[in-house]
Amino acid sequence: MSFGMKTFYNGTSFPRADIPMPDNDTFFQGVLDSITAGWRVCSYFGVPNAEGATLYCIMSARSGSGVLGVVATTVGRSFPSLAALCPQLHLFEREIAEQCLTRPEGHAWLKPVRFQKPLCEGKGFWSAADGGGLLPAVMDFYRVEGDEVHEVAVGPVHAGVIEPGHFRFQCHGEEVFHLEIALGFQHRGIERALIGAPTPRTMHQMETIAGDTTVGHGQAYCMNMESLGGYFASPRAETVRGIALELERLANHTGDLGALAGDVGYLPTASFCGRIRGDFLNMTALLCGSRFSRGLLRPGGIGYDCDASIADELHKKLHSAREDLTGAVKLLWDTPSVMARLEDVGIVSEKDARDIGLVGPAARACGLNRDVRCDHPFGIFRMSQIPVVTATTCDVAARTRLRWLEAERSMDFIDEQVRHLPRGSYRNQPKEIVPDRCAVALTEGWRGEICHVALTDDRGRFERYKIVDPSFHNWNGLGLALRNQQISDFPLCNKSFNLSYCGFDL
Amino acid sequence: MTNSIIHILLALSMPPLLLGVIGKTKAAFAGRVGAPFLQPYYDILRLLQKGTVFSTTTTWVFRAGPIVALATTAVAALLVPFGAHPAPVSFDGDMILYAYLFALGRFFTMSAALDTGSSFEGMGSAREATYSCLAEPTLFFALITLSRLSGSFSLSPMLVNISLGVWLDTGAALLLLVGGMFIVLLVENCRIPFDDPNTHLELTMIHEVMVLDHSGPAFGIIQYAAALKLFVLGAFFVHLALPYATGNPLLDWGLFIISMLELAVVIGIVESVMARLRLIRIPQLLVAATILAAFSTLLVIR
Repeated sequence: MSFGMKTFYNGTSFPRADIPMPDNDTFFQGVLDSITAGWRVCSYFGVPNAEGATLYCIMSARSGSGVLGVVATTVGRSFPSLAALCPQLHLFEREIAEQCLTRPEGHAWLKPVRFQKPLCEGKGFWSAADGGGLLPAVMDFYRVEGDEVHEVAVGPVHAGVIEPGHFRFQCHGEEVFHLEIALGFQHRGIERALIGAPTPRTMHQMETIAGDTTVGHGQAYCMNMESLGGYFASPRAETVRGIALELERLANHTGDLGALAGDVGYLPTASFCGRIRGDFLNMTALLCGSRFSRGLLRPGGIGYDCDASIADELHKKLHSAREDLTGAVKLLWDTPSVMARLEDVGIVSEKDARDIGLVGPAARACGLNRDVRCDHPFGIFRMSQIPVVTATTCDVAARTRLRWLEAERSMDFIDEQVRHLPRGSYRNQPKEIVPDRCAVALTEGWRGEICHVALTDDRGRFERYKIVDPSFHNWNGLGLALRNQQISDFPLCNKSFNLSYCGFDL
Repeated sequence: MTNSIIHILLALSMPPLLLGVIGKTKAAFAGRVGAPFLQPYYDILRLLQKGTVFSTTTTWVFRAGPIVALATTAVAALLVPFGAHPAPVSFDGDMILYAYLFALGRFFTMSAALDTGSSFEGMGSAREATYSCLAEPTLFFALITLSRLSGSFSLSPMLVNISLGVWLDTGAALLLLVGGMFIVLLVENCRIPFDDPNTHLELTMIHEVMVLDHSGPAFGIIQYAAALKLFVLGAFFVHLALPYATGNPLLDWGLFIISMLELAVVIGIVESVMARLRLIRIPQLLVAATILAAFSTLLVIR
């Protein structure tokens, strides 16, 4: 079912001339057919030009084959919207409308995504609505009207120390009919800044796309640079990258388990996990001196070698952190009042999850077997695989338990890798990247699939560097999880997804 | 006279200490050091020194909320006997006044919350009204039982009457009462499993969300009034649960203070070992509390 898509494997690059450019009808019908046949959209974006835009669609085959596909087409000021048939395209089409000034005809929910200026010259579709300036969350929200229906607005300033986002609930008493999420407060213009890159600054920008996913995004960027430049990271560097990626997953999953316990008012696990998360962050600091992995990943390898004494200490620390975490998390399963609070809350059905294209733990908790580490192996995961964990109850309890099971697998993985670090250099010399090529890299960050697409121009500079953070796929999942739930369960559902605001806002 | 002065001094000075003890207990369970015992006092003093910001959409109702809440609770504190000592103010039927002083305070807190026009505070008021309605029958069944046991309509004789002897005679009824009243104590004071006083999640709050718009001294008054309410309801509860008396006035005051601290530790333990209930489950537990109290009434009336 690849209707002449260019197929390739994760972390490779190919000449841009190889990307098929069928006419509009073939393109849209082909994308539609592929999605119906089980392909999934990883990235769908436009490169604006004077008359419209060139749309690129990167798709992933059903798990097993490890194949990715790319196809493109040129459109004018409008293109047919497929969102009604394929809900997973809904946000991508809004993003294209906002960035490239081309209108998805027939889109039922055409609203700004990040309230950003278009990437090309011209006036955005929504500029007039708020008097010229684009202010986040200034838009028409969906409204429910009737007796006893009321609206609750939360944010962008929240009571906790979290990022800004605006949530609009349509409630009937305590029951939520609909939740609409408006983001964009953290928009920093990363994609705009990457046009004409790479520069020495680019790696640092990648590390801060989402501050808690430094390794996930860093790895994707390094893979793109390596495939565009035609060089490789050594096995030793790939192993340390893998360890860092899993440490990042461990730190965040631990933090989430603690935060979930805290949200239901269960203090012991909340307090212990807060501390143990610090232990994992400190292990990351052992590798590179930064608790958030800044400076660890570099194109061609890693910034700091991991010598035997560091590996030993990592091994020891992991062992004690594992004991602590096991004890703290066991308390959760053993406390009936906690489980009663988590079960049957915030359910996203498997069908909905598949339709809207959830990724990462949120998708696996709905029974979808989706994990880039297995589906499209990269780096060390080509040699040493981590079993995929799935759950079937689709509720907050599933997302909680899944985090713990994944944490266990990650600890097993690090435990094994750290004892068998390959010898060799830790950093190969980077080379200049090649002009007129396209590179695609997928990694499994702790929130799910991260997709970076690089298109180089004839001078070997990025004409477009498209980033898709897992949060981009998943925010709509949170909205669905809240349907017909108690509004007081929102914080718990939100925490069970724990999505990134800045990763979405870019 | 001396007893009345000690009563008033204790009621004024001790309530925040209970919060400090609860906090320390929870910290111990979580493996932390925790804030000092006196932290709630520092917090209230800090708030009292601050300025207050009033929203322009609010009226006098908003300002009256904290003051009425404190005043009603303080009057209720005069009606409840502490330990073996009768209360400074006592008359026939004061138990009804006691129950509805809290209702009056709650009415003004809820009105103040509605006065802000905020959707959060509206939700908080709705929740508070629902749960307090469901908690009220339990309190009244308890009062009926106690009144029957002591043959009096006044709180002081009613509560001081409870002793080890009464427990030996009607232990079953009192046990049911202790169960029901402990639930009322937790729900009225917004403790886990009903409400989480430490949460920052405004959508899940009951009591805390109603006072979000108060600041400075007004908020300090609210915190103090909340501590006082815990103290007053706690004093009622320890009469039922820990009815020991020696006959020596000074020793009895000591015993009272110790039982109050024990109660704080028990609340701290309950908060540490369980999570919050889902909001829709709270009515079920409150109905259960009413049933417990109703059965205890049945037992003493038959």
